Parts: sequence; structure tokens; C-alpha cells
Amino acid sequence: MHHVLTDVFKLQSQLVWHADDLPKNVDAIVLPGGFSYGDRLRAGVIAAHSPIIAQVKKMAEKGMPILGVCNGFQILTEAGLLPGALLKNTSLSYICRWTEIIVKNNKTPFTNKFKLNQRIPIAIANGEGRYYADKETLHMLKKNNQIVFTYGEDVNGATMKIASICNKEGNVVGMMPHPERSAEQILNPKDAKPASMIFESLIKTLGVTA
Amino acid sequence: MSLTPQESAYLEKKIGRKPNPVELQIVAAEWSEHCSYKSSKKHLKTLPRKGRRVISGPGYDSGVLDVGDGYVVTVHIESHNHPSAVEPYGGAATGVGGVIRDILSAGTRPIAILDGLRFGDIEKDTHARWLFKNAVRGIADYGNCLGIPTIGGEIEFDRCFTNYALVDVASVGFGKKERLIQNRADRGDYVVLIGGSTGRDGIGGSQFASDKLESENRSAVQIPDPFIEKLVIEAILEARNQKCIKAMKDLGGGGLSCAVSETSDALSVGIELDVALVHKREQNMSPTELMVSESQERMLVITSPEKLQTLKEICEKLRVSYSIVGRVTEGNTMQIKYDKDTVAKLPSDVVVNAPLLDRPASVPKYLARISSIKKPKAPNLSQTLLRMLSNPNIASKHWVYTQYDHEVGIRTVIKPGQDASVLRLDNGKFLSVKIDGNSKHCYVNPRQGVIGCFDEACRNIVCTGATPIGMVDHLQFGNPEDPEIFWTFKESVEGITEYAKYFEIPCVGGKVSLYNETDDGPIKPTPLIGVLGLIEGKPLIPKKAKKGDLLVMVGLTKDELGGSEYYEYVHDVVGGACPAVDMVSSRSNQEAVLEIIGQGMTKAVHDCSKGGLGVAISELCITHEIGCMVSLDKVPSEQLAEDELLFSESHSRFLLIVEPSKIKAVRALLEKHKVKHDAIGKFSGKNIAFKNKSKVVASVMVDKAQEKWLNSLGSLVSHG
Repeated sequence: MHHVLTDVFKLQSQLVWHADDLPKNVDAIVLPGGFSYGDRLRAGVIAAHSPIIAQVKKMAEKGMPILGVCNGFQILTEAGLLPGALLKNTSLSYICRWTEIIVKNNKTPFTNKFKLNQRIPIAIANGEGRYYADKETLHMLKKNNQIVFTYGEDVNGATMKIASICNKEGNVVGMMPHPERSAEQILNPKDAKPASMIFESLIKTLGVTA
Repeated sequence: MSLTPQESAYLEKKIGRKPNPVELQIVAAEWSEHCSYKSSKKHLKTLPRKGRRVISGPGYDSGVLDVGDGYVVTVHIESHNHPSAVEPYGGAATGVGGVIRDILSAGTRPIAILDGLRFGDIEKDTHARWLFKNAVRGIADYGNCLGIPTIGGEIEFDRCFTNYALVDVASVGFGKKERLIQNRADRGDYVVLIGGSTGRDGIGGSQFASDKLESENRSAVQIPDPFIEKLVIEAILEARNQKCIKAMKDLGGGGLSCAVSETSDALSVGIELDVALVHKREQNMSPTELMVSESQERMLVITSPEKLQTLKEICEKLRVSYSIVGRVTEGNTMQIKYDKDTVAKLPSDVVVNAPLLDRPASVPKYLARISSIKKPKAPNLSQTLLRMLSNPNIASKHWVYTQYDHEVGIRTVIKPGQDASVLRLDNGKFLSVKIDGNSKHCYVNPRQGVIGCFDEACRNIVCTGATPIGMVDHLQFGNPEDPEIFWTFKESVEGITEYAKYFEIPCVGGKVSLYNETDDGPIKPTPLIGVLGLIEGKPLIPKKAKKGDLLVMVGLTKDELGGSEYYEYVHDVVGGACPAVDMVSSRSNQEAVLEIIGQGMTKAVHDCSKGGLGVAISELCITHEIGCMVSLDKVPSEQLAEDELLFSESHSRFLLIVEPSKIKAVRALLEKHKVKHDAIGKFSGKNIAFKNKSKVVASVMVDKAQEKWLNSLGSLVSHG
């Protein structure tokens, strides 16, 4: 993720240690994928209690663009920044493969360059990636336009094929698929352009001129 | 768990007294076959180890290759067979952990894992299925959690592995040459044990692995903890960046005994160690238990007094446990204390140099029995082709590799499921990696079998546009005390040496695993060859075949069906002539194909091996989702029957997809290299059809073939 942000999209990005403070002058926060604390107990649950998450919560309230990818998404739900939960895939196995997601909300800081229903070839890699929410939450998600991406096919049993959601305000986005694995043409077996628009949307949001 | 009478006598003579019980256990661990290579060492000396890219240094646990621009690639291979046969999840997972620490020991970051798996007949044997499923899960859970991609491997099922498992893991590392650990030590340096705590798991593991599998000794199986391994990796690499590591060794087989004695010997220093200081997870562990425990995720680091504080701070920041267990001394003695008492004091050169053995070897009697066979009668070829595609040895392995995170680290340019996987490196070059084995060929002809595995791995690398730069081998056999088994081992080593010398591919590492036996007898000889290739330009990322594209075959198809999937899976016939590599033509074939790829004259290249031409062409049609009309009469071959043409596993053959506009240039280039070739087919439609002259002899629909090939393995394991 750091490589893609800095080397591919030329953003000034910095890795921050979980016990340190957020640096000043931050414009956006990305919680990357990985296996924080070895996925012990539940994916993301321990990291959600890291000292830095309190600061992430404050920034979320202030409306800062925040993206959680894969384990980052799991941390955001465990931290209560996004509704619902991520459960074990229906196959009960880890799944690493390529699929397509469909843009359902093009108003977030990470999707504002997309057309609605645009399709994105993208990599997925997770064991606990099945999005689940109760009826009430789903109703709310639909009502507030909080579903950001859905899968083009049933990859893991996710409710309504949900791949990504955002908070009510739209500034906090969590997604299971990996845009950072899909935004360089040499890595993407299909087309890397759509996935790269997730980062270009952020650049547009931040008003950075390259 | 002890020495033979001859070894005891040798030890007493060397140290001039009787060893005490602790010393005896230390030596027994280090002199086990697993750690000492006492049966194999003499023979392994013939392997060529030098090459222009090879960097060697004292005490390296992995092979180091210079890939230019100040960067190196490291590689190592190991197996975890005995533990995986008893407890497949933990055995396979700790197998991954162990080989990764060997990569780390050199001071490089592990960037890829490959695994070779072997089990009994999973179509009939539910125990084999259980072993297979859990070994895959063990590898997935461990590798995925570490964030190291599992990018490839190979899988074989054979009845000789019934009630057993071969789990081989190779790992590749990458780093800056200037940051390689120099492995030196001076008097007064500190010896620090970093990582997981020491418990009673894996006690006697190396001796357990040096005996035939009789009892299910679960306490000899180690317990995996990938999260600790991840922390250890990051702590060690940070300590490397801050120059806190003068020397380093992974704790593997034989635990502290081996790590301390081998470090002391390799660095020509003494080491004084107090095992009471080791951080433990269990109480009242005896000095012997502490010395031979094979608890996982541990590294032994030597640091200078000036850097000790920094090293401690790094470990504390990452919350990695450590204990300062000893000091470097002059001389070459390893002195082990427990508080104030010295419990062992041995010259480390004696501990690490087990008396080597001259094992007798004799030609196995079974070879004469299976050398000539009655050729089986050809069945319906269309049906046979479908059966071959659903054969677990041939069917797609995507059920396996989709459970592995093969993309993490965003280097994987060519993904699993192709001939070889390709990683991008930070210097703009690409690394192609493949491992290959074939116990069926190696049983029928141990020497030609292993040469074939080597050739196949090289071909797979070539298919991606890479030139082989180094190899590792993993030699797995039964009980070496049986002269017939030992003969097959010697033949294998000689075969590898012959090929490596001819192709000038240095052997940069390897492992020997003997005593792979169950109550039913020994496994078939199963040497595994891993080859690394470098691409200085661009890798060949396959482009989809279109209607009208031509199929070009390079290489000669011969009457070589011994050990083939066709003979064994379809006809249950073991024997006949196994494929033999003609090195001269194999070299020209490889060179010609590399030149064609380099000049951008082909859309995709596929190796023709297991299952022969019929399977290889079907695989191309399935992955490119298009049919092909193939003329068997055009296949460059000896006089062969139709079934033999389709299913012979002759080596050194390639299939190329060529656009019509480029066919002239491709032919001209192949003629220049004087290689056997022809355009044997044309892509179009939805049918994979083989005709001989004008008669269609086999024909299957692409979607039918795809369904069989893609789903057979997954449906076998998900239903029980």
C-alpha cells in the first residue's frame, strides 16, 4: 500500500506505528491489509484497541477521508467506525483470486471519479471477508447510500454481495478487495485503470495536482 | 535416540573421556542423519556449487545469488515429512516457518514460498485426503498470516505415499548485498536468543525424522505460531538495518544444540551458554530438554556489546521475547551451563562433524522386473483424454493455490497455475521460480527421472522468458541402510550433477531426507528440483490465443511411456522406458524458445510434460478458452501409435502459440537452431480435436474438458 501511494500515485505517505501519535498535517488515513495480531480472537479486533485508533476515530468525526482495506476494513468495523461485521467465508477457506466489483456509490472520497455501476477488476484475499449485517443495518445502509461496492459474483457469501461500505457521512470507507494489488497493469490480469481510479479519486478529493 | 556403538567409541576417543548424559544428547541430536548428513555428505560433494552469481559465506543457511544492481536473491528448501505425516496442519505450517528463518538468517526478507506436496491415492484413500487438506490449510494459515506469498509448487499422489506425506517447502528471499549478514564473531560478543519461548514441543524431532515412521510420536511435532514468526522477521530485519547482527542462525532441527555448535564451528569461536537464562514456556525443563527442544520461531543472534542495547530496544518495541544466554569466547569449545554448573563442554568441531559413513549400494532387483512390459491396448482416446484431465495428478490445483495468498507483497507478475511463477524485483528485473518432482519417473529410472525433473523445472522457467541461474535440490528416499535404496540416492545425485554441469547451473542449496518409510515400505525415490531464473527484460505474460493462431511444437516425442500418468493412472502399468533427456537437443530447444520469447514472436509458451501432448494442448485450450485442431501426423516424433503420441511424457518439448503473421519468422529461427519442430495445429472453435491424416482420433469439447480439469480436485476433497 505504501509503495502504491508513494511510488505509483506520488502521494506523500508515511507509515505510522500503532503506539505513536498521528503526525500533524494529515489529509487522509489508510488502514492497509495484513494480519494484525495474527487474526487472533477475530480479525481486526485487537488492533481496533490500538492506541492510535482513538486518534483515527477523532479524525473520522472531523470528516477526514479514511480508507480501510481488507484487515483495515475489519479493524474499522471492530472499532465501531463502520456498521456490520466480517465473518468467515462460506467456503471456510481463505480465498485469493481475481474478481470484479461494481461501483454503487460514487460520492465517497475514494470513488468520486467513477461512473455508477462501473466494473473494477480487482484482487481479493481474505479468510474472514463475508460482510454481514442485520436487517435493520442493511435497511439503513441502503437508505443512506452506504454500499460502496458490490461483487459481480458471489465470492464468499457476503450479504447482498457487499464488498465495501462507508459510514453515514461517506468519509470512512472499508473494502475487502485490494485496490493496491490491482492498480498497476503488470499485476492486473485484466485492466488496472479502474482500480487505479480509487487512488485518483482520493487525489481529486485532496485537490493535489501532480 | 542415541549413538551407535561405533559412534560412541568414536566420540569417546575424540574427547578423551565418556560424555555425560547431557553431552550425549547434544551429540546425538547433531549426529542424527537429519542434521549430520552422515550417509549423504560424501556424495553431495560432486554437485557443482560455483557460478558467477553465487555468493557464499560461512554459516549461510541459504544459497545466495547476485542479481545485479547491488541486490541478492536467497533460496532454500526443506521438508517436514515425518511431522506432517502425523499432524499435517502443524507439520506443514512449521515446515514453512523453518525454511523462512533460513532465508532470514542471511539477512534477506522472505518474498516467496513454494511447496511440493505428496500423499497417497486421494481418490480412494480418505486418510490421504485428510492429510492433504490439512497440510494445505497449515501452509495457507502460516504463510498468509506472515504476509509472504505462496506463489507455486507441485502436488503428486501415488500409492507409495499411503499413510505418509512429503511436505517440501522452498522459500526465496531478496535484499541488498551490502546488508547480508557477514557471520563473524569476536570474544566478548553476546549470544542472544530471540523469538518464541522454549517448551517441550519438538523434543528429539531431528532423531524422529531420522528413523522410519513407526509410532506416532506427537511430542516430536512442533507447534506453529505465525504471529510470533512475523514479529521475529520484522525485529531481525530492523536489527539488521541498524547493524546489530554480527552473526545469526535459525533454530531448526536439533534446537540449540545444533545452532550453537554449528555457529561456534563455522565462526571458529567458542560459545559459553547458560541455558537457565533461556525464556521458557514450561517449568522445570532439564538442561537436555532445553538444548534439544525444537520449539519454533527462534533465532540465535550474535551482537557486539556496543549494539546489545539497540537490539534489546528493537525487540522490546516489537514485543518479541529475548534472552541474553551467553558470550563468545576464544577457542572452539561450546560450554553449556545451568546457573553455575557446567553441564556440557565439548569441542564444537567434534559435535558438528559426525563420522561419515560409506553406505553400500547395489542395483535394486525391481528394476529388471519392470524394465520391459507388455504394451497396454489403447482404449477410446476421447474418453481417456477426459479421464486424464480429471486425474488428481493432472487436474488444476486451483483449489490449493486459491487458499494461499499468492499476491501479497505485490510482486507476483505471473501467478500460480502457469508453468512457473514470476516475481518482480526492486532492480527492475524479474525472478522466475519453479519446483518439480516426479516419483513415478524416478522409480522407473532414478537417474533419468531426476534429470527429467531438472529439465522440466528449467523448461517451466524458460516458458516465462527466464534463464536459469541456480538450483536447489531436495533428496527424499527411504532407509539408506538398504543398499538398493542407497543406490537410487547415488544415481540421483549423479544425475543432478550431470545436468547441472552440462547446463552450468550451480547448486546453491539443498537438503537430504532419508528414512521416508512406513509399515508398507519405502517411498519411491523422490528428489525434488527447484530452479531460479532471471529475466533481464520483460517476462512473457501469456496473451490469449485467437481464432487462426497456430500451435507450434518444439522437441521430439519418443516412445517413453514408462512412469507416465497414462500407463499408471489409466492402465495401472508400472515400468517400461522412462523419458530420457538428450541434453544437447534440450539445450538448443531452450535457447531457441528463449530467443523467440525475447523477440516477442509468441503469445504464450507451455511446457509439455505430465500427461503428454494431449494434456498440454488441452490445458492451453482450457486456459485460453478456445478449441484447436491438431494434426498428430505433424508432431515431430519417432514411429508411435496414436495413444503414445498423445500421452508420452518425453522431455525437452514446448508448445508455442504463434500468430499467423509471425509463423515464418518463428520457423526460420527454429531452423537456425536446428531444433525439431512443426506447426501442428490451429486454434478455432470449441472443440479440442486430434486427427491423424484425415481421421479424427480424439475429440473433446473445451467446456467439458474445462469442467473436468478445473473441478476434479476440489470436488474430491470437499466431499469427505
